[in-house]
Amino acid sequence: MTDTTTDAPTGAASRTAAGHGPAASHPAPDVPPSAVRRRRSRARAGTVIRHVLLVLFGLIMLYPLLWMLVSSFKPSALIFREPGLIPSDIDLSNYTEGWNALLHPFSHYLVNSAVVVLGSVLGNLVACSLAAYAFARLEFRGRKVWFAIMLMTIMLPIHVVIVPQYILFSSLSWINTFLPLIVPKILATDAFFIFLMVQFFRGIPRELDEAARLDGCGHGRIYARIMMPLALPALATTAIFTFIWTWNDFFSQLIFLTKPDMYTVPVALRTFVDSTGQSSWGAMFAMSIVSLVPVFLVFLFGQKYLVKGIATTGIK
Amino acid sequence: MATVTAPTTATDPRPGRRPTRRRRGDGRAAALFLAPWFLGLGLITAGPMVASLYLSFTDYDLLQAPSWIGFENYERMFADPRLLDSLQVTFTYVFVSVPLQLAAALGLALLLDKGLRGLAFYRSVYYLPSLLGGSVAIAILWRQVFGADGLVNQVLAFFGIQGQGWVSHPDYALGTLVVLNVWTFGAPMVIFLAGLRQIPAMYYEAASIDGAGRLRRFWSITVPLLTPIIFFNLVLQLINAFQSFTQAFVVSGGTGGPADSTMFYTLYLYLKGFGSFEMGYASAMAWFLLLIVGGMTLVNFLASKYWVFYDD
Repeated sequence: MTDTTTDAPTGAASRTAAGHGPAASHPAPDVPPSAVRRRRSRARAGTVIRHVLLVLFGLIMLYPLLWMLVSSFKPSALIFREPGLIPSDIDLSNYTEGWNALLHPFSHYLVNSAVVVLGSVLGNLVACSLAAYAFARLEFRGRKVWFAIMLMTIMLPIHVVIVPQYILFSSLSWINTFLPLIVPKILATDAFFIFLMVQFFRGIPRELDEAARLDGCGHGRIYARIMMPLALPALATTAIFTFIWTWNDFFSQLIFLTKPDMYTVPVALRTFVDSTGQSSWGAMFAMSIVSLVPVFLVFLFGQKYLVKGIATTGIK
Repeated sequence: MATVTAPTTATDPRPGRRPTRRRRGDGRAAALFLAPWFLGLGLITAGPMVASLYLSFTDYDLLQAPSWIGFENYERMFADPRLLDSLQVTFTYVFVSVPLQLAAALGLALLLDKGLRGLAFYRSVYYLPSLLGGSVAIAILWRQVFGADGLVNQVLAFFGIQGQGWVSHPDYALGTLVVLNVWTFGAPMVIFLAGLRQIPAMYYEAASIDGAGRLRRFWSITVPLLTPIIFFNLVLQLINAFQSFTQAFVVSGGTGGPADSTMFYTLYLYLKGFGSFEMGYASAMAWFLLLIVGGMTLVNFLASKYWVFYDD
């Protein structure tokens, strides 16, 4: 450890060695016993061991996922016999079977989920950024108090409000529509994202909006023309997290959507478990994989914003 | 008119510390910008909160008007053996899985720190499960992996060990959910990584010059400077774990079984409120949950004075 941190050439050496894996640890014995070299090879060996550990551990972590992916292409009977990753027989019948196993083809639930997610993302982007602008840039009475209230609502368990919400939405005949899932987002109830954007807005130099004010811009235009374009990274983070959380959300969708017509992907998947039991693990795995694909794609292309989003809100 | 006057007052040079308010305020603009949020607070958050407090003192089944019964729901709660069991299950789950999860997160973050090659790749691999872990799909996977003929037992059989149905055994079912929560250590790990990066390298250099060993540097520099991050992760993960629902629901097939061993408090609340439509009772349970989570967070903040170290 000392070697890699204090001594730059050693660090570089161990870094190049890392790519070559175990080979790097072998030359150690043949090397003439110069102290520097020995230290160097020990550091190299340390790095190699670290990589081996990290790869092994990562494999164990991802193994169930990879195995589910592979199993989704196997006949159900084989799922219970093959713990390995190389299938002895590949077919797509799980996917065709799973796609049509429920009342509606699976695409129906995918579309429902997509509608809910799209509405939620748009709602959060607009409503949370509006609120965040007020908290970050406007002077008004009681701002600190309202801000504190807003922060507290981040921690509020949904269970505390779900019963009255259900009563309210059912009195509006909104049960079995997507409104109970989307309207709260349009009303900026995902306070976490307000907080995230307030943090980001505060980092935008005030000189920019002061200048715009001198030029006669009102708050509406400063918000739309200056803050929003500059806050694109924060908006991206919000969109990505809203996407993933809404796509995975089960509790509220289970409560507000009880008609199979309106089922979203998680609710549909769950009825799969109930209705088919043990017999069709293959089909269930296949549809599970289908349900994970959008999240995985968002993860793949939005990683930068995900990591930044967690890190910045985490630190502050 | 207001729009005309506002900019002129704004031309005042910005004083570093304004003795008086710079302008009369942006009250009207603020009201507009905050309108959705105020509506949401009233209709979706705070209003329902108050309503559920009221309902917790009533008997209500959605069909007939709520009837006031005083503290009866609360009295009933503390005499309800299933509820007390569910509290025990939830506390066990929270206080076993969260420390393990944070230990894994911190351990991996320390391994990944120090400019290791491929950091971004490893970070992604370890982070992915925390994005997927809350989904129904992963809960289904868990049901199979820890089932009688599941992946775990297949691997055990390879080593000649006879496994059993982990999710269907009352002694082990909760354990499988603990494993699932620990599996999602990636999110706190990313936060730890960001925190580690904030520690100035010169601290370590100075300590090395003074002859501090690796262990000494870890305990005297890394740990104290990381305590605010540990604290943040702890608060967040405890609150999250208390509200876990999906995994227990799917793994147990919506029953909290076997033998109520995975009956999370939130699952019991759901069954009471939306299974048997005892809305008053469910509301009382919800407020008790709020008290537990709020109380725990408060204790956490009070205790933090004794162990969390703030650099500035």
